[in-house]
Amino acid sequence: MLEIEDLTVEFGSAANPFRAVDSVSFGLDEGEIVGIVGESGSGKSVTALAVMGLVDYPGKVTARRIDFAGNDLRSMSKRQRRAIIGKDIAMIFQEPMTSLNPCFTVGFQIIEALRIHTGGTRHSRRERAEELLAQVGISDPGTRLSNFPHQLSGGMNQRVMIAMAIACNPRLLIADEPTTALDVTIQAQIMELLIDLQRRHAMALMLITHDLAVVAEVAQRVIIMYAGQVVETGPVPEIFQSPRHPYTAALLDALPERAKAHATLATIPGVVPGPFDRPQGCLLSPRCRFATPQCSAAQPALSGAPTRMVRCHTPLGLDGLPA
Amino acid sequence: MNTADAPPLLQGDDLSRYYRVSRGIFKSGATVRALDGVSFSVRARQTLAVVGESGCGKSTLARLITMIEPPTSGTLHLDGTNIAALTKSQRPPARRAIQMIFQNPFGSLNPRKKIGTIIAEPLVINAQLSKPERDDRVAWMMTKVGLRPDHYDRYPHMFSGGQRQRIAIARALILQPKLVVCDEPVSALDVSIQAQVLNLLLELQDEFGLAYIFISHDLSVVRHIADEVMVMYLGRAVEQGPRNQVFSAHRHPYTRALLASTPHLDPAARRQRIALKGELPSPLNPPSGCAFHTRCPYAIDICRQQRPQLVDKQDRLAVACHRADELAAEFS
Repeated sequence: MLEIEDLTVEFGSAANPFRAVDSVSFGLDEGEIVGIVGESGSGKSVTALAVMGLVDYPGKVTARRIDFAGNDLRSMSKRQRRAIIGKDIAMIFQEPMTSLNPCFTVGFQIIEALRIHTGGTRHSRRERAEELLAQVGISDPGTRLSNFPHQLSGGMNQRVMIAMAIACNPRLLIADEPTTALDVTIQAQIMELLIDLQRRHAMALMLITHDLAVVAEVAQRVIIMYAGQVVETGPVPEIFQSPRHPYTAALLDALPERAKAHATLATIPGVVPGPFDRPQGCLLSPRCRFATPQCSAAQPALSGAPTRMVRCHTPLGLDGLPA
Repeated sequence: MNTADAPPLLQGDDLSRYYRVSRGIFKSGATVRALDGVSFSVRARQTLAVVGESGCGKSTLARLITMIEPPTSGTLHLDGTNIAALTKSQRPPARRAIQMIFQNPFGSLNPRKKIGTIIAEPLVINAQLSKPERDDRVAWMMTKVGLRPDHYDRYPHMFSGGQRQRIAIARALILQPKLVVCDEPVSALDVSIQAQVLNLLLELQDEFGLAYIFISHDLSVVRHIADEVMVMYLGRAVEQGPRNQVFSAHRHPYTRALLASTPHLDPAARRQRIALKGELPSPLNPPSGCAFHTRCPYAIDICRQQRPQLVDKQDRLAVACHRADELAAEFS
């Protein structure tokens, strides 16, 4: 349904551009849940913003293809694009407290999306907004509609964001860290809600997160990103059982869940490269424990079967060591 | 290393902290019981983890332990002295023994100060050392936490999140405290950096014999680092005991729900979800009886009327639930 090929987003001057997203390609089928995982600075949020057309000047988006349901999102006019974005493709942002407008009631903000995309009468829109709030598990939706965001808790505001996003029955929902700021019990409620909605409406869900455990529980496919590049993609059970990219393996090893209590956790030395310290060759090479001279000389390409790709000169085998 | 018999370094008994809040000019004020009768103890080289949702009183507890605020009632004994009853002039030695690491290393370091100055500041205030002596101590502490001493003159913005948390740890440890209160020290960090900081905390605990009060909502981190765990709900402890007991033999439905809500990598570790409906009730108007009964799937009549007391069960596990014994079988 969504096809992205060679998506690149650059910031900074033309002479010295910084590639926040570096030729990323992936697709998403109807009713599929794909997790996009990476640390901060890996380009996962910028990828989502580029799909939504929300990358502002001076950011520059280039791509060979961004197709949604057979339509090319790049070549269509702004007006055509607006008819799709917010209706067929919707997004939930990370921080509900800063993403909702504090000056308007949540009812107004939900109804605004309905007014623009679906029409109907004032009365029918209000009814639909009440129905949406009930659907996302807010009790007493009638009175909640006239509340302002500051009168609701973080979990409630996140539900309002979800209600806004699903107001027009989107076919693709992009959720950017939908539960990061919330308590575990509320996080579980929100994830359950998203999956329930996804199943009922056969909606595709693009779940952007840094929490590997959430992806392991929810997603069917996972895309691992590092410094703007896709380093590994594949079905969830395979990636979590036998990662082939050293970065994926190191991320999994760093989790306390996989270690014995009080034991020393495996770490990845160093930090994600920023705009000024991008290494030659493979971007992970200075931090990779399997790096060879070849790794710091030439950048590896993303290769393998379309269902299981890895960007590494010496991908790991089943024993967790380079072949 | 058997520390179970050693006397506790810090012991809190029946600690409470109430706040008066005004509700506008037409209503009388109300009392929020942010912390209500909490008892705990922590020994040297041990970590006590405090877990619970936001609003459960974790941070209030941290403020009492670090003596930022006095408790409304209850005692807090550090090495046998009740630090809750000290006069102003008696407080500094106790303050030196208890330090704190904050959640967000982007907010807890002054951006206008060099990191060397930040780390040295506690020494300027609390120790009678000359400038060269101080500089030596700072350089030594910086190597201990994995920073390069020649970065003394750099500013916080030049460091990544993980390195900033190292700076915050160096600042907390420079006075050689006995107890460090860690308020969500890794929740703002990426996975790979989180592992580095957790390793550092464990190393330093071993080297300096530190006791930690570790406040966190991430149960996989708690399971890794804690010796004792206290689960809190609306200002009260609902279950506390040794880590393995709390994780594997818990009896309180809230502990169960917290554990079940935590996502797992390993499909075999996943538990059946207990659907916790709703959110934490308002502390201004707490539910009658057991505070958890509004969200508890196992609530019966007695839970709505009578507040359960924390009762010792087997193997030092204490639970505040009327149905703890019935549920023990169901949860195992």
